[in-house]
Amino acid sequence: MMIFGNLFTALNLKGVNYCCLPVTERSNRGKMAAAASMMPYFAQQISSKNDLVPDWMGQEVSTGTTIMAVEYDGGVVIGADSRTTTGAYIANRVTDKLTPIHDRIFCCRSGSAADTQAIADVVTYQLGFHSIELDEPPLVETAANLFKASCYRYREELSAGILVAGWDRRKGGQVYCVPIGGMMVRQPVSIGGSGSSYIYGFMDSNYKPDLTKDQCLDLTAAALSLAMERDGSSGGVIRLASISEAGVERKVILGNQLPKYSTH
Amino acid sequence: MEKRCTDSQVKGVSTGTTILAATFDGGVVIGSDSRASIGGEYVSSKTINKVIQVHDRIFSCMAGSLADAQAVTKAAKFHLSFHSVQMETPPLVIAAASVLKELCYKNKDELQAGFITAGWDRKNGAQVYVVSLGGMLIRQPVTIGGSGSTYIYGYVDAKYKPNMSKEECLQFATNALALAMGRDNVSGGVAHLVVVTESGVEHVVVPGDKLPKFHDE
Repeated sequence: MMIFGNLFTALNLKGVNYCCLPVTERSNRGKMAAAASMMPYFAQQISSKNDLVPDWMGQEVSTGTTIMAVEYDGGVVIGADSRTTTGAYIANRVTDKLTPIHDRIFCCRSGSAADTQAIADVVTYQLGFHSIELDEPPLVETAANLFKASCYRYREELSAGILVAGWDRRKGGQVYCVPIGGMMVRQPVSIGGSGSSYIYGFMDSNYKPDLTKDQCLDLTAAALSLAMERDGSSGGVIRLASISEAGVERKVILGNQLPKYSTH
Repeated sequence: MEKRCTDSQVKGVSTGTTILAATFDGGVVIGSDSRASIGGEYVSSKTINKVIQVHDRIFSCMAGSLADAQAVTKAAKFHLSFHSVQMETPPLVIAAASVLKELCYKNKDELQAGFITAGWDRKNGAQVYVVSLGGMLIRQPVTIGGSGSTYIYGYVDAKYKPNMSKEECLQFATNALALAMGRDNVSGGVAHLVVVTESGVEHVVVPGDKLPKFHDE
């Protein structure tokens, strides 16, 4: 059953398996209620909207999200919100969606949490191996192509929108966008995730080529907080990182420090 | 980017569209694009005007199914002019909005149309009301609607300030429409803008090639 298969994928993070029991008779329902919190119970019960099991236990974990990456002369700035949802429940309100792939290469993840974590793990391995073979730091374009290869090959099964960003010696700061479907394209600035729809206008009007690093950080923080205010699946804190030859600098902007925009 | 369901799941000709209205110091600016499409694949009109005058100082923009919107607007114009004759005074903006709301709410099962009503009246000055798909009516200082509006929420939240001057507000509205038309495939054409103040009504049409251009164009 489709839902069944998805639940397995969703909860098979880090190889932990949940057992599936067949549907039992009514007399066991009392026991099941107590056991439900300790051992998730997957079968037709979830899809038939049993009262004892909350709605969100039947939903896949998703990073409905807002992510952004901007190139500047000498590096890139990346940013993301911090909300992971299962349906209406916020499973993690302090998620880190900025995942290191290599010393100077990061990816921003959006879409299914399980899918993006799995792909990122695979690419981290492949890139690490490649870098050892080459005996030099890998190119951002290589990382992006590895993401594209996985996302395109398994496009029917996956739900993952990824931004690959980093610095390398050959081309400096680069941002590559690998959306659902497995296309790859380099862009000076790129946004993704469910909340990105709301900030296309803001980004189109406020981005200019040749911004400095601090301007990029301000632009990313402003754009993300606007998206977080409008998108229900985005929220929490803003995580920022800037990647350059010198290294990676990470920053967190807490909820009460976000720039405020309230017109109505 | 993410798969997104558009709200234009309407049959027939739809105003997949961008509409907006904003109050400034002394009046309102109402604007819309001018594209009508069938299912996002065929542009059936490049130059329709979605800003309808329902009374001397009251305008309404339509979104959703074009047929429904036109029918509702026609009925609303009639009701409003009758009301205005009975009251022997120009109607209030909230009266116009309420008429639209009644029609949308009472017929919510058959209709798929939303409206932004804006104008100026002597009692409350410049006002903007939005009547959504199911018939909710609320007043806001600035509001956007239609399929193209999703792309400019961030821009409007960041850029709109209450009590701007008329020129600032006009520039703000033109920019917002241009940005939305640049990203939404079912919005486009020319930008129709109307400025309503106590002293009168001014129409501004900005053709496609005169719209503001942004960094990647």
